[in-house]
Amino acid sequence: MLNWTPSMQDSIMPTDRTIAVLSGKGGTGKTLVSVNLAAVADQATYIDCDVEEPNGHLFLKPSSVSEQVITVGKPEVDQKLCDGCRICSKACAFNALAVIGKQLLIFEEICHSCGLCMSLCPQHALKEVQKPLGVVRKGRSGSVSFLSAEMRIGESSAVPLIKALMREKQTGLTILDSPPGSGCLVTETISHADFCLLVAEPTKFGSHNLAMVHELVMLMDKPCAVLLNKTQDGENPSEAYAKTHNVRILGSLPYDKELAHLTSEALVASRENEHYRSYFSSLLQEVKDASDSYPQR
Amino acid sequence: MIVAVPAEEQKLDSPLCVSFGRAPYYCIFDTEKQKSSFIANEAAQSPGGAGIQAAQDLVDAKITTLITFRLGENAAKVLHAANVTLLKALNLSIADNINAMQENKLAELDAIHAGFHHAH
Repeated sequence: MLNWTPSMQDSIMPTDRTIAVLSGKGGTGKTLVSVNLAAVADQATYIDCDVEEPNGHLFLKPSSVSEQVITVGKPEVDQKLCDGCRICSKACAFNALAVIGKQLLIFEEICHSCGLCMSLCPQHALKEVQKPLGVVRKGRSGSVSFLSAEMRIGESSAVPLIKALMREKQTGLTILDSPPGSGCLVTETISHADFCLLVAEPTKFGSHNLAMVHELVMLMDKPCAVLLNKTQDGENPSEAYAKTHNVRILGSLPYDKELAHLTSEALVASRENEHYRSYFSSLLQEVKDASDSYPQR
Repeated sequence: MIVAVPAEEQKLDSPLCVSFGRAPYYCIFDTEKQKSSFIANEAAQSPGGAGIQAAQDLVDAKITTLITFRLGENAAKVLHAANVTLLKALNLSIADNINAMQENKLAELDAIHAGFHHAH
C-alpha cells in the first residue's frame, strides 16, 4: 500500500524526534494520521496544537486528565501616573494603544504581550497583569502521553498556548497535530518540528492548500514529505503538485468506507483493526526513516 | 467643525471608501472656512490595529465629526473617547455627503461592527 521504498541508510534511530502533521485546510486527515501514528508507536507523545478547535481527545479519550490555566501578561494603566506622553502608543508595533487627551486606551485583543510599552513608560504607569488565555490538559491514552490545549472563547491569539504545550514536551517521539492553514499558530507549531508530514486531499482545493503549507515549510527550512489521503482512481492534483515540486510522497491512504466508519465512531482505527495497525506502523517507520535522512536540529 | 470622510481617491466627487481603517485617504473638511483637503492614511497598510491608529491620527487632526459607512468597535472606542460625532454616510459622493451633513440630513451611525482583527 505504501508506494515509497525506504532508501538504504543508517538504522541508528535518534530517540528524540518531533513530527508535525500539517495540511493547508481542515478535514484532510491530520488528526486521523496523528492519533494513529502516536497509537502504533511503542511510546509517543501526542500534542493537539489545534487549540482553537481541539479534537484529538475525542479519539484518544485520555484518562487521568489534569488541567492547568495558562495566562498571558497584558499592560494595565494607572491613569493617575500616565501623563499621556505617547511613548508607549508610538512604539507599539501592533497599534494596541491610543492616547486621547491624557487618557490611555489599551486594546487587549490587539496586544501581543511583548511588554515593550511597560519597559518604555517613563512614568511607570503601566504594569503587567496576568489574564487567562486558555487551559493545557495532560493525560494518558494507553502508550500515548496526551497533551492538548484549548483557548478561551473570545481570545484572538493563541500562540502562547502552543508555547505552553511545547514546554510540556517530553523526550522521545512526539506527534504534533497541527492547526489547519498556514497562519501564526501553524508557523509556531512547525518551528518546534524536526520533520513535517503534509496530509493532502486529491482535489484542486486540496492541492492549492497543500501548496500554501508547503511554501511555509520551505520558508522555515524544515524537511517534509506528503501523505496522499482519500486517494481514488483518476487524477490527483495534490500528487501532481508534489511531483512538480519534488516533494517526496511518503505514501497514500486510499478512500475507504471502513476507515471512515471507524473515524465517525471516534475510534482509533489502528487500535481496532490489524490492517490499519499494520498500515500506520509502516507509515510511522517511513516517517522515521525519512526524518532520519535529515540532520536533527 | 472639522469633518473627516474616508476616501478612495483624492477627489471630492468620488465615492467614499467603504472601509474606515483601511481607507487610503481621508477628506478633511472645515465647515467654518468651507475648505477641504485630503490626508493620506498612514495606518492603511498596518498588519493590525489599522482602525485604532487611523482614529488616533484623525483625533490628532482635531476632527469633531466622522462620516462613514462602517466603523469597527476599536476605532469607535477611540473616537468616542474624543467625543467625535459619528454619522452614517449616504451612497453619494464625498461632496454630497458633506453637503447633506451641513443640511443635517445625515443620521447617526447606529451599527458598530466587531472588526476584522480576529483572523490570525
